[in-house]
Amino acid sequence: MRQLRYRDALREAMIEEMERDDRVFLIGEEVGHYQGAYKVSQGLLERFGERRVVDAPIAEAGFAGLAVGAAMVGLRPIVEFMTWNFSLPAFDQIVNNAAKIHQMSAGQFRIPVVFRGPNASARQVAAQHSHAVEAFYCNVPGLYVVYPSTPRDAKGLLKTAIRDDNPVLFLEGETLYGIQGDVPEVGQEELIPFGSANVVREGRHVTVVSFGRPVPMLVKLADQLEQEGISMELIDARSLRPLDTATIVASVKKTNRCVVVHEHWPYGGPGAEIVDRIQREAFDYLDAPVLRASNLDVPMPYALNLENEVIVTPERVRAAVRQVLYLD
Amino acid sequence: MAKIVGLPKLSPTMEEGTLTRWAKQEGDDVAVDELIAEVETDKATMEWRSFDRTVLLKILAAEGTTVAPDAPVAIFGERGEDISSLLGAQSAPAATPNAPVATPATNVAGSDAQTSAPQVPVGRIAASPSVRRLARERSLDLRGLEGSGPGGRVIQRDLERLAAEQPRAPGEPGSSAPAAAASASARPAPVVVPLSSMRRTIARRLVESKQNVPHFYLTAEVRADSLLEVRKQLNAMLETGGEKLSLNDLLIRICASALRRVPAVNASFMNDAIWQHQVVDVSVAVALPDGLVTPVVRDADKKGLLEIAREVRELASLARQKKLKPEQMSGGTFSISNLGMYGVDEFAAVINPPEGAIVAVGAVREVPVLRDGALHAESRLRLTLSCDHRVVDGAAGAQWLAAVRELIESPLQLML
Repeated sequence: MRQLRYRDALREAMIEEMERDDRVFLIGEEVGHYQGAYKVSQGLLERFGERRVVDAPIAEAGFAGLAVGAAMVGLRPIVEFMTWNFSLPAFDQIVNNAAKIHQMSAGQFRIPVVFRGPNASARQVAAQHSHAVEAFYCNVPGLYVVYPSTPRDAKGLLKTAIRDDNPVLFLEGETLYGIQGDVPEVGQEELIPFGSANVVREGRHVTVVSFGRPVPMLVKLADQLEQEGISMELIDARSLRPLDTATIVASVKKTNRCVVVHEHWPYGGPGAEIVDRIQREAFDYLDAPVLRASNLDVPMPYALNLENEVIVTPERVRAAVRQVLYLD
Repeated sequence: MAKIVGLPKLSPTMEEGTLTRWAKQEGDDVAVDELIAEVETDKATMEWRSFDRTVLLKILAAEGTTVAPDAPVAIFGERGEDISSLLGAQSAPAATPNAPVATPATNVAGSDAQTSAPQVPVGRIAASPSVRRLARERSLDLRGLEGSGPGGRVIQRDLERLAAEQPRAPGEPGSSAPAAAASASARPAPVVVPLSSMRRTIARRLVESKQNVPHFYLTAEVRADSLLEVRKQLNAMLETGGEKLSLNDLLIRICASALRRVPAVNASFMNDAIWQHQVVDVSVAVALPDGLVTPVVRDADKKGLLEIAREVRELASLARQKKLKPEQMSGGTFSISNLGMYGVDEFAAVINPPEGAIVAVGAVREVPVLRDGALHAESRLRLTLSCDHRVVDGAAGAQWLAAVRELIESPLQLML
């Protein structure tokens, strides 16, 4: 399989879907002439023209609402938020319009919009620009929320998201854009369904469930723990809503111990949801309470040394793993 | 002032109690000495009565639950009191003190709950859900298992260590014998009966006895004709009063007299000393549908036959109702167990520690006996004495049996 960067995999997915279906268009800040704030949309303006690659003003509520309206009349917009932090001015459009119109119109309107952009801390952008929004949006029925961690998943899930008739929130990561990974050859189309977790590594002693940005860090940690005699199974949930409970529960039934790792803040959110499902469906198989390793429960600091402490660290995950194994 | 009250320790050996019935409901007034609840302890169902005039504000342990002494079971106080803070303290994991307290009511104040270190409540085994499932599947008893998890929690590692120490039975779940397991599962599984407190006590005490007490056994066959004749005459006299002496009543008295004659058998091994008992208190094994208890006839050597008969009847009746008090079934110095009525010829009984001996009584049989060249019919009875060899030597046991034989064969001696 060829190697591709995460950002290029996303671009390929958009190109393929825009070529496949001329109702699909991209709108967002700097997506056109600037070639994308993170170059995800590089070359798209030249390829598809200004009607389908639309530079929007700095007015998220406006262009998110425009996309919902466009979807209601039959188009299939992709909205790029420069980062998910800027989705907050558009929160009302996402939560009250995109997520609700299908139900409130008694099924008369479908809202096939993909909202996408980088999520969580981009390193030293301070409290207001370091949101991990999955905890907000996963709480909203009517939205799909996916968060791929590899180029292959990014491409396969984005294609599924664009073809889906419901609003999909597609979370990426600024620090993920540059990572390389296997992606199927051009022409070998791969659609990754929602609600399907990926067992990244098989292990026997402990199941670590995560999604999005922490996953590459956890792959490295699994290698280190292997050296210490701890066999860690790593599950990438990939899709947070819907969530693949079956794969997670099957793994916990095998290992009897679980640590959930996430970058959103610890109060509630999909991390807590995963713990809840495990305690309900694998209760009799748990040898220890399910633990979570997450960001610390404070607004993200600007100072690098403090930020390094607040973002979930491998040391924190390691400590939780050792704790569920009763090693300390 | 409302307070959380722990389960009173209703017997000296009580390690846990089951709340079989709440006599009072939430909101009921409770007068001094009024029945609050009935509690099944290790041997009997005990009454828990109030020391104070109070109101039962909240029941914390439902009927049927088993808890350790002092574990919170109810909140008492004055009518209309706000108990929300107590309820909050009660749900905190640290709210259960496990220090033994002699008084029946233990106040678990909220402040204590916050300052004391988290600890596992006594009587509840802390085990991970996974361990509990494996214990269910493999019929493992987790009691007494030292958990290596926090607060003594039994975790999978502890089971693995246990399994490594004990050779695994073939076909047991978890062993690599899927074929055997499959064929076994096709047959009806055994019915799993949870242990009652009495059954658990019996199991524990008898294992202790057989593991720690070096038993030896002496059997003697004695002529019972004279004893049967005496019993017949006595019962004829008692007939008008509607009372009767059983053979066992007579044997209790005979054993007691023999113990007086051979005091070496009326003794206990108490680790660093032998206790030579000054009283003769005979424990009498009473079978119950779900086990057995051994109520004690005090000073059996000094009591008349009728007195013994009445006492045994009363104790047996209390035992069947599970109303025996702990002091009525502890402190015996010797035991008697009779399976003669079931047609058992002879058997060897397990000593009831710390008693030094127990006699097992078989059935009376009429057998042909050659005497002076002629055939006679004789009633005979076999007695087997189980002795704790740490206190009772063979010769002492034999002397005691000889004394019993003399008394059975010449029961008039009882009158001396």
